[in-house]
Amino acid sequence: MITVNDIHKSFGKVRAVRGISFDAPDGKITGLLGPNGAGKSTTLRVLYTVLRPDAGRASIDAADVVTDGLAARQNIGALPHGAGLYPHLTARENIAYYARLCGLDRDIQEERVAGIIELLEIGDFADRRTKGFSQGQRTKVSLARALVHNPQNVILDEPSNGLDVMATRSLRSLILKLKDAGRCILFSSHVMQEVAALCDDIVIIANGKVAIDDSVEGIRRRTGCDDLEDAFVRAIEMVGPE
Amino acid sequence: MGTFFTVFVKEVIDNVRDRRTLASALIMGPLFGPMLFAFVISLSIERSLDDVEKILQVPTIGQEHAPNLVRYLASHNIDVVAGPVDRETAIVRVTVGTHDVVVIVPEGFGQQLSDTVPAKIELISDRANTQAERDARRVRTALRSYSQELAAIRLVARGVSPAVLRPINVDEIDVSTPSGRSAVLLGMMSYFFIFALLMGGMYLAIDTTAGERERGSLEPLLALPVTRGELMLGKIAATCVFMAVSLMLSLCSFFVALKFMPLEQLGMTPNFGPDVLIAAFFVLAPFVLLGASLMTLVASFTKSYKEAQTWLSVVLIAPTLPILIVSILTLRPQLVFMFVPSLSQHLLLVDMIKNEPVNMMHVAISVTSTLLIGAALTWICARLYRREGLLG
Repeated sequence: MITVNDIHKSFGKVRAVRGISFDAPDGKITGLLGPNGAGKSTTLRVLYTVLRPDAGRASIDAADVVTDGLAARQNIGALPHGAGLYPHLTARENIAYYARLCGLDRDIQEERVAGIIELLEIGDFADRRTKGFSQGQRTKVSLARALVHNPQNVILDEPSNGLDVMATRSLRSLILKLKDAGRCILFSSHVMQEVAALCDDIVIIANGKVAIDDSVEGIRRRTGCDDLEDAFVRAIEMVGPE
Repeated sequence: MGTFFTVFVKEVIDNVRDRRTLASALIMGPLFGPMLFAFVISLSIERSLDDVEKILQVPTIGQEHAPNLVRYLASHNIDVVAGPVDRETAIVRVTVGTHDVVVIVPEGFGQQLSDTVPAKIELISDRANTQAERDARRVRTALRSYSQELAAIRLVARGVSPAVLRPINVDEIDVSTPSGRSAVLLGMMSYFFIFALLMGGMYLAIDTTAGERERGSLEPLLALPVTRGELMLGKIAATCVFMAVSLMLSLCSFFVALKFMPLEQLGMTPNFGPDVLIAAFFVLAPFVLLGASLMTLVASFTKSYKEAQTWLSVVLIAPTLPILIVSILTLRPQLVFMFVPSLSQHLLLVDMIKNEPVNMMHVAISVTSTLLIGAALTWICARLYRREGLLG
């Protein structure tokens, strides 16, 4: 369960996030949708505690991301945008490194790593060094290491970027599996169709503010547009510039 | 503790697999110093042998005017050969470097000698040309001693003891020992050890900070349930290990290289046995923490791998500064110097190579102050990692 309450974040004069609030409940997929530079990544970075908000509060389960960052991170699996791997380590070693850092017991470590490798179907290249992996392979390994400690909350920043159709499909089915397991999934995208196909709830962000927070049907109804892309554009126009 | 150890082990494994890091830690640093050193030594040995044994050929104008002088010079391994046609040509040839030195014996030389007026000889040389000046100096010295010999003969002919010309006889007693003399040359080795040490960890310092950020692996790492300080300490510890290994290897390679250097021919016997090797390691070891934290700190501020490389090459040179300043100002070793990292290690190492008693108080101050500065830098690194600007 992720709660975001009126967070603000500026970088110098650029006001990246200007009061964003939403909830991402357990057992649901919440999509953060918005054009490039809308403040999606900044919002997510605040949630996985890499950035500190200038104002407002956010919490992961019961842990506040500012005052109790360590506890918040304990329950997050995060896939930052463009996450990189260690090229001299094999995929398995990359995942095992995170498992150890998350403090998994030595005896269940190997089992967990093997389990996640099977779940993400990366067994074929698990014991190769990650140097020269394709974008899809890299994303899968990054996702595997983010999920290795079995986090209740999963935060994915543009996970489908650079993936081909097959890889996108398997990513989708994985996200659905996580949902069925009762996890809270929050992911960002700038592709309306992708979000619509997957999400229970969509938070449309533009210019650092929330334009609409509703289900797909709700968004269609409130914007008066049947076509999803039109609805997206209409919603963004509703915010307007600063 | 678990995080620290996990990060440490991962960074060591990761970097052992990186050819560039490994090459700079195990080959570049440890071999660079001894190789350069062997080159310098063999060059200076060759030179010093030159001076004694090689016959110097001196182009001379008007040698027929001074047959006795020609014989005298020949007995001092200086062969007089026919010189350029005239004085102007001689000056031009020395200026352009065709000849290192030219002697001109004017026509009236013999007459002036028999008249016992100062007989004129011209010696054309280029003092700015250090290579030529060595030959010129030999000729100059030989001419001066010929002059003194003639003076002595004249005095004896007049019934005066030549001792009249030497009211004071200075006897020099050289107390330097073969190991002491070797320190003049070997003193610069201390910098090469520090250089090798820093080289050993340089790529690690970059890879664990700027490299990690550039690769995009830093952000997911920071999103893990670990404290940033622990991550930093694990990374610095791994850098320390590489630096320590590099230091040990460079000490060993120097030890081996010394066996092949004919230093005895220069009258030098460096005191660098296995016991000194081990002592040197422990004197230099505190610099490892300082080097690792300093390099990590500098690399943390940079935005990219390339930028980090540029800045860290400055850090590579920085430890020479105190050593250089002190040797230019020819300052005597003092207690205060022991507070200065790199300088204190240099001075202690020179003492060891000279085989002089090492002041344990100095060792204690050197070790403590270097470790303290290293610890302070490490603390700053850990603080720095808490900044969010770290992601760049």
